[in-house]
Amino acid sequence: MSTLLNFTIYLPLAGLIGILLAKTDKQVKWVSFIATLATFIISLPLMLNFDASSSGVQQYVSQSGAWLPGLDIKYIMGLDGLSLLLFMLTTLFGPIVVLSAWNSVSKHVKGFFAMLMILQTASLGVFAALDLFVFYIFFELSLIPMYFLIGIWGGKERITATIKFFIYTLFGSLIMLVGLIYLGYYAGNAVNHGVFTTDWRILASPAFHIGLVQQTYLFLAFALAFCIKVPLFPFHTWLPYAHTEAPTAGSVVLAAIMLKMGTYGLLRFCLPLFPNASMTFAPYLAILAIIGIIYGALVAMVQKDVKKLVAYSSVSHLGFVVLGIFAMTTISVQGSIIQMINHGLSTGALFLIVGMIYDRRHTREISEYGGIARVVPIFALMFMIATLASIGLPGLNGFVGEFLILTGSFGSTVLGSHAFTIFAAMGVVLAAAYMLWMYRRVLFGPITNEKNKSLIDLNAREIGLLIPLVILMFWIGIHPSTFTRYSEKQVSELLQGSKNKAMAIRQNAKSSELPEWASRMYDITSKIAENNIK
Amino acid sequence: MNPYSDLIPFIVAIPLLGFLINGLIGLKSKSYRKHKAFIGGLSTLAVFIPFIIAVLLFINMSSDSEPIVVHLFTWIKAGHFSTDIAYRIDPLSIVMVMVVTGVGSLIHLYSMGYMADDRGYWKFFAYMNLFIFAMLNLVMGSNVLLLFLGWEGVGLCSFLLIGFWYEDMSKAIAAKKAFLYNRVGDFAFLIAMFMLYQAVGSLDFGVILKNVHNIPHNAAFWITILMLVGATGKSAQIPLFVWLPDAMAGPTPVSSLIHAATMVTSGVYLISRLSFLYTLVPSVMLVVAVIGGVTALVAATIAITQQDIKRVLAYSTVSQLGYMFLALGAGGYAAAMFHLITHAFFKGLLFLGAGSVITSMHRVEHKLEHNGEHVDFDPQDMRNMGGLKKYMPSTYWTFMLATLAISGIPIFAGFFSKDEVLAFAFNAGLGQYAQGMYFAVWGIGMITAFLTGFYMFRLTIGTFHGTFKLPKRVKGAENAEQYLEENGWNMTVPLWILGILSAIGGFIGLPEFWAETFGSEAHINVLHNWLENVTATVSSHASVGTEWILMLISIILAVGAAIIAYKMYSDDKVEASDAMLAKRFGGLYQLWADKYNFDEAYEGYVVNPVVKFSDKVLAVFDMKVVDGIVNAVGGIIRLFGSIFRYIQTGVTQNYALIMVLGVIIVLGILIL
Repeated sequence: MSTLLNFTIYLPLAGLIGILLAKTDKQVKWVSFIATLATFIISLPLMLNFDASSSGVQQYVSQSGAWLPGLDIKYIMGLDGLSLLLFMLTTLFGPIVVLSAWNSVSKHVKGFFAMLMILQTASLGVFAALDLFVFYIFFELSLIPMYFLIGIWGGKERITATIKFFIYTLFGSLIMLVGLIYLGYYAGNAVNHGVFTTDWRILASPAFHIGLVQQTYLFLAFALAFCIKVPLFPFHTWLPYAHTEAPTAGSVVLAAIMLKMGTYGLLRFCLPLFPNASMTFAPYLAILAIIGIIYGALVAMVQKDVKKLVAYSSVSHLGFVVLGIFAMTTISVQGSIIQMINHGLSTGALFLIVGMIYDRRHTREISEYGGIARVVPIFALMFMIATLASIGLPGLNGFVGEFLILTGSFGSTVLGSHAFTIFAAMGVVLAAAYMLWMYRRVLFGPITNEKNKSLIDLNAREIGLLIPLVILMFWIGIHPSTFTRYSEKQVSELLQGSKNKAMAIRQNAKSSELPEWASRMYDITSKIAENNIK
Repeated sequence: MNPYSDLIPFIVAIPLLGFLINGLIGLKSKSYRKHKAFIGGLSTLAVFIPFIIAVLLFINMSSDSEPIVVHLFTWIKAGHFSTDIAYRIDPLSIVMVMVVTGVGSLIHLYSMGYMADDRGYWKFFAYMNLFIFAMLNLVMGSNVLLLFLGWEGVGLCSFLLIGFWYEDMSKAIAAKKAFLYNRVGDFAFLIAMFMLYQAVGSLDFGVILKNVHNIPHNAAFWITILMLVGATGKSAQIPLFVWLPDAMAGPTPVSSLIHAATMVTSGVYLISRLSFLYTLVPSVMLVVAVIGGVTALVAATIAITQQDIKRVLAYSTVSQLGYMFLALGAGGYAAAMFHLITHAFFKGLLFLGAGSVITSMHRVEHKLEHNGEHVDFDPQDMRNMGGLKKYMPSTYWTFMLATLAISGIPIFAGFFSKDEVLAFAFNAGLGQYAQGMYFAVWGIGMITAFLTGFYMFRLTIGTFHGTFKLPKRVKGAENAEQYLEENGWNMTVPLWILGILSAIGGFIGLPEFWAETFGSEAHINVLHNWLENVTATVSSHASVGTEWILMLISIILAVGAAIIAYKMYSDDKVEASDAMLAKRFGGLYQLWADKYNFDEAYEGYVVNPVVKFSDKVLAVFDMKVVDGIVNAVGGIIRLFGSIFRYIQTGVTQNYALIMVLGVIIVLGILIL
């Protein structure tokens, strides 16, 4: 099965070769579609055979020897409860994204689909990598195709958007790289006989303790990179540009998959590796998350461009995910994991839908539309379902995630206050306000623009690519345990492990060896109160 | 064990199936949409069959039956949190199920006539079935979260049906408004759920009701007050009631089913469901009563000034819901449920009657236009009506029955239920807590009782008595009278059934003191006995004599209101008398006519400032400040980038190059 995992990851690259060999644009599209569809199909056994009862153990692991002499950097791939669902989400979106671009790309068709293939492999690699260095390489690799997708196939201001996107994320990654190298040596000295290592399993093991001072810096370095990627307020301004200018396929991958790399990174690396720092900084990150929820919603409300509106709504929605992660309860983190999937499904669907109407009218201005529900009823229905999923209507997926995050964070002792949840819950009201307002302005009322009278409703391809998303929205909404069971065990183990580790590190810390700020920050001088950590 | 308990899941499944069949096939096939009798019939049956099941269950139940809980599957589970999709049938929920499906199927039948010519016929019935499905989840859900699913679900259906004719922008706006005001309430509801889970460790009603005494008082206070806020949204009470009058933009059967008989009573049901918890917090109980009383009065005064027949009824609904809250706050949960039931009969009927009138007025409009007359009038404006009694006898007589019932004229349904509500308020005034406030609320209830009779007879007389005014008011409509006629059987039959229920429905709650007067120990308040194990009860303080006096006063008020309204408004004096009232009450009347400016206040002080702030401050801040800092940093980096520009041309490659260089440098460091 570990071969199958690698096969899944690299199959899109095989598709890339096919694309390069293809002679016509049509062949290019078919090759891309078949490659991504095949990737999805062969990824299914990975989910079906996954042992949910031991979800904390990495499964389908493949491991190479050390790459470089003297450095224990290995190619380690595997899936566990944290990554499985995101991995599957990525393979699912592969064929959908290819289909969505079927008729919308006219220039450099070959290049476009080639980029999608690279992006697919890179994204899958990010979620499967169990070596921090390998993770980093895939993390960076995913940037490059996205950079070209926006820069070449994007809208009018694509260059500004590209530069902003690239510099911003690169800036974050470089800081993470510095942290990563330091961490590798630190871990090597501590637990790997002096050999540099980035094996996640070693780093996350209970035996590996990072000193409080080092933890603080490392946490900040990693968290910054991931928070830019999420993006968390105030690092979010690249997102509206990138989303607006990206072609539909780019926006969809960006929203559905790439933003999750940030939240996934926070969960996989920050919590278990830097537990004390995570807990200490949790309330501050939660505050940023909540600002993001409310601020993103308010700014979304006044956007005149549909894509920008959805982009800002992402800022708001992902604030929930970050809140759930840093509330550090099993309920809230489980909520965050399923909410990552939910956001992928509903925001991905929204971008697809917006792209469909853009293909017809070549405008994203809300005011250009109005009253089109009568002309394009199936479009209206799909749009409605995605909207309702996005605003968290019970029975659809978004509610499950938001509810778990909010319930979990309400009882969180790490956050220590109900205020977080109460402010975050306001986002639920605001989401309904901006989404329904937009929906009303685009679809309801009389048709005011002549050009909209002859719009053609969705065709079979467009309906077909939305249907799987719609089915999953209902599925997760009605029977979420089909999916949440995969991460349940690992989440509770991870949180318990992190808390135990944090407690052990604190108990071993001596205030005499720490700078004053660190002993104050981690409350080392005073008597250790156990319930602070619980 | 109930022999029919296996059928419980079907109560919710059948309407869902109806929705799916009509919705999916209708969406797919244009030819299917033409089979109107089939679509409407299927949809009506999808509500009627659950009604039959509910009746079968009911017959085999008694007031002390153990609740039947049917677990279907686990819904949301994470950590210690777990909720099921599970339905609970007990004496309280079965009553609600029967009201929802019973009144619901009548309104479905009626809609087959009312919506007959609408192009969205299939969609209408699909939405209506979806609504019934959601409403049944609300009343049958065995945990708070499933109730919340229904709660939001009915909100969605309300949104879809208010905006059913979405091409009219004002209707689309009304739909969104309804959803948003409800969401504000739902926000409070959500927080209450989190607290409830925190306090009890479960959201299951069975567990909650068993543990009410273990909930810390502080938590109980916040839970009940937040749930109350949620209820004021859904049940259109102050401060969140403003969406309901606008909701009249929907087709009239929707107003009848959703915005009178069922959905808007959800808040009342919710508080009754948690009555044992509410009873523990007297301060919140008082708040409930005050909100109810004030809402009842405020809405009744607005109703007096309205000319649109549906709007009169809408404000009347808000007012009557206020009565139910008043009863809840006074500890009369069973009384609130009683008024909920009778209100479902008579207010459902009033809306259907209004719908019958509106259909008739529309028909007049169409026929006039068919004859080449260009007429433009509002078919819902009472001032265009009058004298319809002669042409629409079934509508008139049933409307009159409902008016008698809502006004509290003796032996009609509303008489008993309203009297019980007021008796509870008075009783609470004799109790231990906040006597003065409860007496004040009782007084408000009495005044409202008078106003109710007044505005209802004004409406009935203005619409049905006197002469038909359209020919005089609208040019080209001189011959309009000949087109007035009664509607078909599928509209009049539901009217008559509800008419009969409005007349005799009150007998399920005969006042106990009647029996006591004659020295009998018999429990003649059937409903009260039925609900005594599932809702909290309060002890009675008033003597039999007092109760008789109270009843006498309310009879005098109701009959007096009817007589005064009759004197003022018959013989086509509606406009003249309204003008007279406006003059006599001056600024006060203006305040009523302006609906106390609630809408303007919310728009002016909340909605507009937030939108403006977001638009002018936040969005600008985002672009200029947050992004500005980034640009400044980016500028510095670009400065470095420009060095590379000498080596390579084209921005695109530059950054890829930076990356490659970065990786090389890093690897270099590692190897060295």
